[in-house]
Amino acid sequence: MSDLQLEPLAALDETSARTLTRLMAPMLGIPLDPDWIETVVRNLTANAQVARLVLDFPLADELEPAAVFRL
Amino acid sequence: MASNPPLPPAQSRDHASRAAVAETLRRIERLDPLVNAFTDVTAERANRAAEALDAGRATGPLAGVPFAVKNLFDIAGLPTRAGSRINRDRAPAERDSPLISRLEAAGAILVGALNMGEYAYDFTGENVHDGHCHNPHALDHMAGGSSSGAGAAVAAGLVPLALGSDTNGSIRVPAAFCGVFGLKPTFGRLSRAASFPFVTSLDHLGPFARSVRLLAGAYDAMQGPDADDPTCTARLPEPSVAQLDDGPGSLRIAVAGGYFATGGDADAYRAVAAVAAALGASRTIDIPEAARARAAAYLITASEGAALHLDRLRSRPADFDPAVRDRLIAGAMMPASWVNRAHRFRRWYGERFAELFKDVDIILAPSTPCRAPKLGQTTLVFGGQELPLRPNIGVYTQPISFAGLPVAAVPVFLDGGLPLGVQVIGAPWREDSVLRIAAFLEREGVAAAPIAALG
Repeated sequence: MSDLQLEPLAALDETSARTLTRLMAPMLGIPLDPDWIETVVRNLTANAQVARLVLDFPLADELEPAAVFRL
Repeated sequence: MASNPPLPPAQSRDHASRAAVAETLRRIERLDPLVNAFTDVTAERANRAAEALDAGRATGPLAGVPFAVKNLFDIAGLPTRAGSRINRDRAPAERDSPLISRLEAAGAILVGALNMGEYAYDFTGENVHDGHCHNPHALDHMAGGSSSGAGAAVAAGLVPLALGSDTNGSIRVPAAFCGVFGLKPTFGRLSRAASFPFVTSLDHLGPFARSVRLLAGAYDAMQGPDADDPTCTARLPEPSVAQLDDGPGSLRIAVAGGYFATGGDADAYRAVAAVAAALGASRTIDIPEAARARAAAYLITASEGAALHLDRLRSRPADFDPAVRDRLIAGAMMPASWVNRAHRFRRWYGERFAELFKDVDIILAPSTPCRAPKLGQTTLVFGGQELPLRPNIGVYTQPISFAGLPVAAVPVFLDGGLPLGVQVIGAPWREDSVLRIAAFLEREGVAAAPIAALG
């Protein structure tokens, strides 16, 4: 909620994203060709950048997810 | 006074549907090599359906209308490839998608399956396995994706009706680039059973057509609950065709400003202005937090798409289109708490639209920030910056589908160049309103879907 003091979000730099990719691929059981790593890293840093927009927006605890749309 | 034209001989009337199917198949054979919209042609099945119609064993409001479907719809007897190489190793589908069955029950004739971006994670219509789909109005340009074949087949006059899917813009983008009408219904309106999924929380199915009457007729025929799709609404069909001639009437219409009027090519906003002028709409409204909505849709797409494909990423990662695979792998690595937050934001955002729709019935916005780019193009200029093309084609569609709203995508030809698209956006479950506006724009000549001159 907006009255909480939030720790700032760190940007995901390329080195960290590369480390994260190497660590997580085996946890997900994805055999990662070394040639793919750079693109995965680029996508991962982009995702982290995009996520900041969502994570820094205050939401009431009562707002639960519901893919239900009413008139 | 001119005499009445002679009636056709009885034999040709008895063979009307067979003749129409034969002409459709000939046109596909002649012109599809130019646009690459079809991946399968179901000639035998189409001939059987035509025979039934000609023999009077079948009829309906769509009697004899040929149609084709994006190849993520199950067609009995074909593997549902969903634009991928991997899926073509699947067993052939045992039954048809219920939307195909419902169109056939209305008399329409299935003639084939259509090209698409791999696993629907695409806005370009480029496909490394089946070849790129070409824009019928300029063959060296993109058809748009991911329902590329649907947009291209209708624009090329190969079929007057097609079905596609839209997760973040995959009906509205190719409708804009190819200059045809499209309908993305309310989230949950049409059954998704027996179609290959992409993003559970965001997937919609819907029609493309050359006229609004056909678009609405197909939509009406496909409505209705389906126990096989847990997201499909229990609402009974709410037919739209009867209101198509009503005009705008008392509908309150506004243009989306701010985010939806910034960054793109001037032509995108000129198309919206042309539509707004025809409707006498002078009001502008602000859709709050659209950029954040797009971000949230982006995260949910990457994460749910990755979760769907995880087993294929573990077993056959080299068989994906690399551009799709590497986004999915990154999506699989995202923290679940980010994605849950995006879902919670969606609830907040949907409530803002509920407030907006107390005051307005229709919102107009561009479908894309530009006309169809050239095939192979990888960047676009948006807001004065050169940005990656693929994700940014959907800048205006993504925040709208995120709220599940119904949209009629109307094609606007401003000049002799490629078309643009305008989103006619309505409140949840008011497809009737957006189709009514689309029909008015078509009658006024502001929106049209001419067949491309392919020879």
